[in-house]
Amino acid sequence: MQTFFKERWSPYVAGALVGFLAILSVVLTTFIIEKPKYLGASTTFVRVAALIEKGVAPEHVASNEYFQAKKVKVDWQMLFILGLFFGALTSSLMGKSFKIEKVPSIWKERFGNRGIVRAIGAFIGGVIALFGVRLAGGCPSGHGLSGIMQLALSGMIAMICFLIGGMITAYLLYQKGKE
Amino acid sequence: MELLLGLLTGFVFGFLLQKAQVLRFEKQVGFLLLKDMTIIKFMFSAILVGVIGIYLLSDLGIITLKIKATYVGAQIIGGLLFGVGWAVAGYCPGTSVGALAEGRFHAAWVIIGMLVGAAIYAELYPMMKESILQWGQLGKITIPEIFHLPHWVVIGAVVFIILSLFSWFQKKGL
Repeated sequence: MQTFFKERWSPYVAGALVGFLAILSVVLTTFIIEKPKYLGASTTFVRVAALIEKGVAPEHVASNEYFQAKKVKVDWQMLFILGLFFGALTSSLMGKSFKIEKVPSIWKERFGNRGIVRAIGAFIGGVIALFGVRLAGGCPSGHGLSGIMQLALSGMIAMICFLIGGMITAYLLYQKGKE
Repeated sequence: MELLLGLLTGFVFGFLLQKAQVLRFEKQVGFLLLKDMTIIKFMFSAILVGVIGIYLLSDLGIITLKIKATYVGAQIIGGLLFGVGWAVAGYCPGTSVGALAEGRFHAAWVIIGMLVGAAIYAELYPMMKESILQWGQLGKITIPEIFHLPHWVVIGAVVFIILSLFSWFQKKGL
């Protein structure tokens, strides 16, 4: 029981447990709902965006080819993301590592302590990231974890490109010119 | 039942992500700057267990694989774009939600940005479908299939590479 109140678990142990969770999820969903669910996250952003747009312009959503292909509904993955939120919240409260942060330290060193600057960066980064990830057909969970676990070529190509794009950008943004 | 399973699986996943500290901007960007290996230790450990378990159960006929199709052009261009956004935002889609939960309120802007990004993609999808998504379609293919190798040979190689990397991390104190 004590373990659950620890702030940090070894990433090897937590990662291995995620591996077991991924397997268990596929087994349970295969037997209980008769469709295997592999871990993934980014399609939920499409569905939530569609649900929000639906409130303003329902005909527009109904006529959008992509939204219709992805089916605008509350599904397994949307609840998975909701669960992720509460799981992380519970863990951070139990481990006393919940911390309100407006600007992360690496960002602060480069762009200063202003919350608005970070907010703009975070927003733009989010727009580019999700656009890219939908074009690639999956995120580090869907392609990186689930895809590579199944030895999918798509997962391997996507993950390598995530890392190339990410490393070059991180270097230019946070490292270049620093002593 | 489907929704309850999703909620419970997500809860455990979020709990583990938080305990491993991989939800933090410092860990995500720290890895991209090759200064902190937490994320790779976490991901590769998951893959190590997952690849063995998934293929074992699939060989036994208990589960079926769900391979995402390969679109070489879209995966390269989209993948690189995602990388750019990932480094700026400091979070991927799953970790942005978890980061918000552990108090990193700036992650809310990432989530809002991601919803806008999704909406923009949906608008441009018909155009993408006729162009980028046509480039290099190879279908639902796996690495063992391309190289005509038994999948356990490839799994053996994956396990070997991951364990070698972990032992190198230990040696270097990373």
